[in-house]
Amino acid sequence: MAKPFIKPIISPEEAVSKVKNKTSLMIGGFNYGGAPYTIIDALCRAGTKDIDLICVDASHFNDKTPYPVGVANLIVNGQVRSMIASHIGLNKKAQELCTEGTIKIELIPMGTYVERIRAGGAGLGGILTPTGIDTVYEDGRDTIELDGRRYIIERPLRADVAFICAYKADEAGNLIYCGTGRNFNPIIATAADVVIAEVGEILPIGSIDPDNVVTPGIFIDALVLKGDNPYAART
Amino acid sequence: MLPELSENDARTRIAKRIADELEDGALVNLGIGIPQLIPDFISGGRRIILQTENGVISAGPAKDRNDLRIIDAGGSPISVLPGGAFISSDLSFAIMRGGHVDATVLGALEVDQEGSLANWMIPNVRIPGMGGAMDIVTGAKKVYIATRHFSKNGSCKLVRKCTLPLTGRGVVDVIVTEYCVIRNDSGRMTITETAENVDVEDLLKSTPMELDVSKKICRMKF
Repeated sequence: MAKPFIKPIISPEEAVSKVKNKTSLMIGGFNYGGAPYTIIDALCRAGTKDIDLICVDASHFNDKTPYPVGVANLIVNGQVRSMIASHIGLNKKAQELCTEGTIKIELIPMGTYVERIRAGGAGLGGILTPTGIDTVYEDGRDTIELDGRRYIIERPLRADVAFICAYKADEAGNLIYCGTGRNFNPIIATAADVVIAEVGEILPIGSIDPDNVVTPGIFIDALVLKGDNPYAART
Repeated sequence: MLPELSENDARTRIAKRIADELEDGALVNLGIGIPQLIPDFISGGRRIILQTENGVISAGPAKDRNDLRIIDAGGSPISVLPGGAFISSDLSFAIMRGGHVDATVLGALEVDQEGSLANWMIPNVRIPGMGGAMDIVTGAKKVYIATRHFSKNGSCKLVRKCTLPLTGRGVVDVIVTEYCVIRNDSGRMTITETAENVDVEDLLKSTPMELDVSKKICRMKF
């Protein structure tokens, strides 16, 4: 089914209804920046379980930030069954749950993480990367030697649903980003069956110069307006 | 005996020495800890371009401590300097892995005589994940290690062979500690500079890493 040209503006509750138990879910953001806080809050309230989460980090929950921020809430609430991430060092609980085996967390190099998602969205069968060769990361992974250099063979990564965050959209779902909020969002937009973008503002069609569009609206299924989560307001 | 230095003096010395070596216009990626002191010591009208892996080219100091729209990879507010750019993560890592970063400066848990680096995990103690560490050592043109010579428990960080899980094998080009500068000279770790009041024999005795001594060894300037 084609995505509508004019994107429906939906509530965060409707957005998270796309996530069922055992859904694979990709969430954009890097550290504080570019995370869809409003949708994540709604997902916490919905209490959906057994999520297979794909998110580059586990956000903050540590001595300096003694409350869970963003996706850290999903992990603390026990809503996550597995996670593919690159860095969970700012979330003590995630490290604890990973160590005791409650959540299966696969930690992969960040450049590999983004290229696997890119491959997933770009119709590639995988990627070859020198990153991680001759380290413990190579253990159990397939490698190939090509023109005298060894590479790890990495599979593409896709998800059932993706929640991303942008600065502004137009009604056709074209997105622009602000500062370091861009991060993984444009790539994640390409690699899921359903893609919902949380945005600060929705402008009339024609308001964004086509030269400045970062994520074209063709990738987007629906838009959610940013709510009043304090981190949403600061990012 | 190697001279004792305060934590602050040691860190400043290391940062200054590396700052001195970075070329005007170089694209530089800094790790956390001592490397973050380096921008304060770039002198002589040089400008280095700092990349943060979360998507800033030409990062500068924060303007508003409460504004999280521009942050570094650790989550601290920063700014983008005139002439800079915001980029997505695929491009940021293409830059790092693809050989576009002129120099990276990283901390170390261990670094060994083959130039291998361990700086991302301690099994059963800390499992933060490697983040961008493996990508940057794979692709940067020059890898500098900025580290205290000894860890807090007194063991030397410059070892014969790393025992901790590696970030990268044979990737280190230059090691700067508070006592010396060591360069990877065609696979041989070679002392090229020593700090004031540091005797080469003392240094060799207290450093498990097998070291050559450069014929042109000189005093470390900082």
